[in-house]
Amino acid sequence: MLAFILRRLLQSLIVMLAVAFIAFLMFRFVGDPVEGMMGVDARLADREALRDRLGLNDPFYMQFWTFVKNAARGEFGISYRLQQPVTQLILSRLPATIELAVVSASLALIVGVTLGVFTAIHGRLPPSSRETLTALAAIILPALALWFLGRGLLWSFGAAALIFVSTAFWAKSFFSQAVMAVSLVGVSLPTFLIGIGLIFVFAVELKLLPSFGRGQTVELWKGWSTGFLTKSGLLSLILPAVTLSLFQMTLIMRLVRAEMQEVLRSDYIRFARARGLPESTINFRHALKNTMVPVITITGLQLGSIIAFAIITETVFNWPGVGSLFVNSVQAVDVPVMAAYLLFVALVFVVINLIVDLLYYLVDPRLRVDGRSGRA
Amino acid sequence: MTEAPPPEAPVEAAAPARGFWARFWDSDVFWSYRHNPVAVVSSLVALTLILAAVFAPWIAPHDPFNPATLQLMDGFTPPGEAAMSGTVYRFGTDDQGRDLLSTILYGSRVSLFVGFAATLFSMTLGVSLGLFAGYRGGLADTIIMRVADVQLSFPAILIALLIFGVAQGVIPPNKQESMAIWVLILAIGLANWAQFARTVRGAAMVERQKDYVSAARIMGVPGPAIAFKHVLPNVLGPVLVIATISLALAIIEEATLSYLGVGVPPTQPSLGTLIRIGQRFLFSGEWWILFFPALMLILLALSVNLLGDWLRDALNPKLRQ
Repeated sequence: MLAFILRRLLQSLIVMLAVAFIAFLMFRFVGDPVEGMMGVDARLADREALRDRLGLNDPFYMQFWTFVKNAARGEFGISYRLQQPVTQLILSRLPATIELAVVSASLALIVGVTLGVFTAIHGRLPPSSRETLTALAAIILPALALWFLGRGLLWSFGAAALIFVSTAFWAKSFFSQAVMAVSLVGVSLPTFLIGIGLIFVFAVELKLLPSFGRGQTVELWKGWSTGFLTKSGLLSLILPAVTLSLFQMTLIMRLVRAEMQEVLRSDYIRFARARGLPESTINFRHALKNTMVPVITITGLQLGSIIAFAIITETVFNWPGVGSLFVNSVQAVDVPVMAAYLLFVALVFVVINLIVDLLYYLVDPRLRVDGRSGRA
Repeated sequence: MTEAPPPEAPVEAAAPARGFWARFWDSDVFWSYRHNPVAVVSSLVALTLILAAVFAPWIAPHDPFNPATLQLMDGFTPPGEAAMSGTVYRFGTDDQGRDLLSTILYGSRVSLFVGFAATLFSMTLGVSLGLFAGYRGGLADTIIMRVADVQLSFPAILIALLIFGVAQGVIPPNKQESMAIWVLILAIGLANWAQFARTVRGAAMVERQKDYVSAARIMGVPGPAIAFKHVLPNVLGPVLVIATISLALAIIEEATLSYLGVGVPPTQPSLGTLIRIGQRFLFSGEWWILFFPALMLILLALSVNLLGDWLRDALNPKLRQ
């Protein structure tokens, strides 16, 4: 166990050093740091002095060492674009991104696992043609009726969506198949289009939810401002969180479904059925428990991608987080911010990977036999 | 995916000679294509869109980049209605009176060009590195696969953004606009190579154990020639599947980068740029400026994606009945 942890730690350290080296190369060779800090009309002597003071005349490996030391202390210099310390910039925008990421990850996990279990249990048989026809008629006819009554397209769509959700109760295998089909389409749609679509429906047409910003925030502690405590803050969280979670949600759903179907075919489930245990006990107490191990891994790893995918969602919704800071920095070639963001994301990924690996090790006793080769 | 000379080869040669098309029609893959309506429809949609993009200069009713044909008076004409000048625009016009149908056709040209070029680039890179790693093994294999592992754990869009940012910093400002499209291809291509490398490496390691490779080695064929002439043709199936799926990915990534405002320059708008522009008019009710480019992008990405899905199943011998 100890050897396993040590080896994983060492691997993480190597990955971090490699990423730090890339960040350093960017910082040092993309544009001239001195040009970025001084104006065009600075004197040559001043430039040389600054060059010396920044240690840019030191040997290469010394510069890298200084960079790593500073990075470990959280110092990344001054942003070229905003003329503020990079660390401070990132920290001030971190709460927005973390709140968004945590909410969407929980949303993805809860809805994804629920739908995955549902489709695994009820989607074993394809729906009978009678069930499909009834369900389709129940969805389409009221929508058409509303359309002819002149209530507009959105009412029709809303009614169709509501009735579709209700099929989960009376046409279960139809609902499962439909959810699978919709999820396949959802995976191929770009995130930003989903966001724009949600803005169009809920902000432009229905005028229910705000389409940009965080709403009102309350400062909790040392610059951690939260949007959880105000009504406008919570309302503005809904659309970005849904947009960000959809992709991970489909991923988790498909994973849970596949794992659950596998488990439901196994002998001990058949035995539990033979014992006459109620279906709900079999499904939730016996089957679901064994599907959770891979789900934990994937969800943990996805938390990292959620933070990275937040780049797109934050831009669509003008969410003042780290991701939109990064996009603006790329547009303006603001290298210190880009380098710091790269290191930040790498750190998040490495830490999450490490935690997930350890959790996996703790949760599944089968892995403890001997050190399996861990992968970053 | 045939292996070295199959024993039944002489029997086939004895059968009455049939034309290429007859054999093509009867092949496994085409049989599965004919019997899969999703594959037929999506390939037809993809083909139509690609042809429309390629022949855009001849098909498009207007030239959106020729200011002489623009009429500012026709701006914001809804689809299908007569504009001030009396012209009817099938898909409406944008704020400057450009015909949206023409803009979309020209835009998908840029999107598809970037998508194909980036896929070709990442395929070349990934296949060569994967073949090298899988056939050579040893330290080279470890290093290449470690890099691929680390890169695969980051989302491709983040890597593409970083590469794009770095390239913008290195290229002198006066060349940035003309180079932007190539930088974009480089960024998306570099972000997607790992998938190819991993697949090819796995397949190459399996092929390396087979008799025909040993035979070639005994005959004294040099290593690189074995890898490229003998092993490569046998691992092309999975590569084709990944290429199709990564074409859809590259199109989406290009659109995302352009939407974020770091992609192609505004003088050469791709579908992503058009969506970015169209979003400005979302709140004022001119929905068509956003809707048609978005629809085109969805159709393009979805049809290529579904085609890749079908190809993966069709080329997978395990799934054959």
